[in-house]
Amino acid sequence: MSEEYRSIWADLGLDLGAHDILLGVLGKAYQDIYLAQKDRPQGMGYFDFVMSEVHGLRIKELVDEKAAGRKIIGSYCVFVPEEIVLAANATLVGLCSGADFAMEEVEKYLPRNTCALIKSSFGFKLGKVCPYLESADMIVGENTCDGKKKAYETLNELVSNLYVMDLPQVKSENSKALLKAEYNRFRKAVENLTGVTVTAESLKQAIRTVNAKRAAIHRLSSLRKADPPPISGLDALLANQVFFYDNPARFTESVNKICDELEERIKAKKGVCPEGTPRVLVSGCPQAVPNWKFPFIVETSGAVIVGEESCVGERGTRNLTDESGETVEQMMDAITERYFKVDCAIFTPNPDRLDHIQEMAAAYKADGVIHYGLQFCQPYLMESIPVEKGLEAKNIPCLRIETDYSMEDVGQLKTRIEAFIEQLR
Amino acid sequence: MMRFAGIDIGSRTIELVVVDEAGEIVRSLQANTGFDLAEEVRRLINGVKYDRIMATGYGRNLFEVSFDAPTVTEIKAHARGARAFFPDARTVLDIGGQDSKVIALTESGRVKKFEMNDRCAAGTGKFMEIMARTLGFAIEDFGREALLAEKSFNISSMCTVFAESEVTSLIAKGHSRKEIARGLHESIIRRVAGMINRVSSEGDIVFTGGVANNPCIRALLEENLARRIMFPADPQSVGALGAALLAAEVS
Repeated sequence: MSEEYRSIWADLGLDLGAHDILLGVLGKAYQDIYLAQKDRPQGMGYFDFVMSEVHGLRIKELVDEKAAGRKIIGSYCVFVPEEIVLAANATLVGLCSGADFAMEEVEKYLPRNTCALIKSSFGFKLGKVCPYLESADMIVGENTCDGKKKAYETLNELVSNLYVMDLPQVKSENSKALLKAEYNRFRKAVENLTGVTVTAESLKQAIRTVNAKRAAIHRLSSLRKADPPPISGLDALLANQVFFYDNPARFTESVNKICDELEERIKAKKGVCPEGTPRVLVSGCPQAVPNWKFPFIVETSGAVIVGEESCVGERGTRNLTDESGETVEQMMDAITERYFKVDCAIFTPNPDRLDHIQEMAAAYKADGVIHYGLQFCQPYLMESIPVEKGLEAKNIPCLRIETDYSMEDVGQLKTRIEAFIEQLR
Repeated sequence: MMRFAGIDIGSRTIELVVVDEAGEIVRSLQANTGFDLAEEVRRLINGVKYDRIMATGYGRNLFEVSFDAPTVTEIKAHARGARAFFPDARTVLDIGGQDSKVIALTESGRVKKFEMNDRCAAGTGKFMEIMARTLGFAIEDFGREALLAEKSFNISSMCTVFAESEVTSLIAKGHSRKEIARGLHESIIRRVAGMINRVSSEGDIVFTGGVANNPCIRALLEENLARRIMFPADPQSVGALGAALLAAEVS
């Protein structure tokens, strides 16, 4: 099997030596961080398998889909509507950006003070180690923060199939019209790529498929309200990360199966930690695979994470798309409405996010909130101060941290996080 | 009579404090951290009698593993230790060997909010040691000499490496060492004052950690903040004392 994968990787143009190193690091991190956890739900076996095959079986599936004429579209952002992609008979995958790779090369293209996420997306391209990126027939960039917008201008020189989607920055009627126009332009672009026209029927089916996936995640999230939580924050984050890679129907089924087990665990008062363990809500920048540093520190310091207000988390998945439309036009409106609600920090002002953090803190009975900021991520670091002020006004303790993908600040972070957890007890 | 120990394993020094059931200090020891942390710790606790011990400081996890003892962060330990000296304290400033922190406490002494310096040693004890050496002062005299200066040079770099080259070039230009020293102290104060004001805007401040022994920092801080600064008898052992008192409170 592994020989077959190697030839797939070689065909995709990966640097096999560098890729072996990446898989080695990834495997070891997964072992030390995930498999070392105690009292995991059995259903997590599915995600263990997915992760062990994240560059194997899943890539083979994508390559097989391509051989059968289906197109693969890679995305870096939750604003890219999977509904449109599926309706045009293509597959959407999230692109790797959760680890430092080929940093010397990256700094030839990007300034040093660029956030780790953007640098990582370049590192995976320049290091030739991401089979998702290399199997994509179209890569979608989007005008979110300044860093990403400008980086796509440079990425466009490195790849031949970049499509850039414009996004609004304020929540007004004009902005909504822009988003709708951009989604229609994207629909046309995907139709051109696949040669398949989006119909009312295919779009409705796609909306149902993606909603089912989101609903399964909502179910999982809501089970984390129990004390003790039946699943760790690390494992729930993993489910949210795999959300971007997996076959949607299979993902939905697997998450629902885990939820059945979690419901039983809750009935039996079985959790991943003792009842009364300090509960932390995480808010801020997305944590892409394999960026598990922060939740690992939190959950080995005596707390449990009960929710993620993040793109890889509830910010990305919280709203469903209205399924009642009958025409493509109506459903495109519904899709626009749904995505327009995403409270990303690129919007100004962005009061919905502050409200949502407080709602989540109450719903998940969090004892405190840790704002996770990536160094040089201006939108989220800027918002972290009003987030902290708003929470403190409600007597909810908040810790703001600023970090990157390197391991050099682990000791410092651990001290701060442990002290914050002591504060919650 | 039970005895409780606290050990604060910092980047520069290790402190060990033993208290009795009434919380009175019965022993207080100190050693340099050195190269072999485990060996230094073993030597320090050798022969010291206690019923329970708790570790704090950046080396606490090593102690946890080697000696199977519970740990507490420096933040909680300093908060507890400061309250032992000043029961009404609401703000604690600690400047140690490689980090500095400000802790705001609730009325009952719980940690309400805290802030720590960033990754580097800017403005900490280590910074002061390197600057004192560059200027040719013994660390014990550094603050006193700085206090004697009638004016000061503005030092713009807080990074240890850049500040050192800035200082070297000022010396080369023939400027007074005392005045350069004064400038370095003032630059630390600006940084620390900013951190204090972000975490706690009023009331008395308890100053702990080795840098609290520096008379120039003490004087400038009081002047800059216009708030009363209180100093425990042995500011370097406050973390260890806090850990010892927390060891006593373990149920």
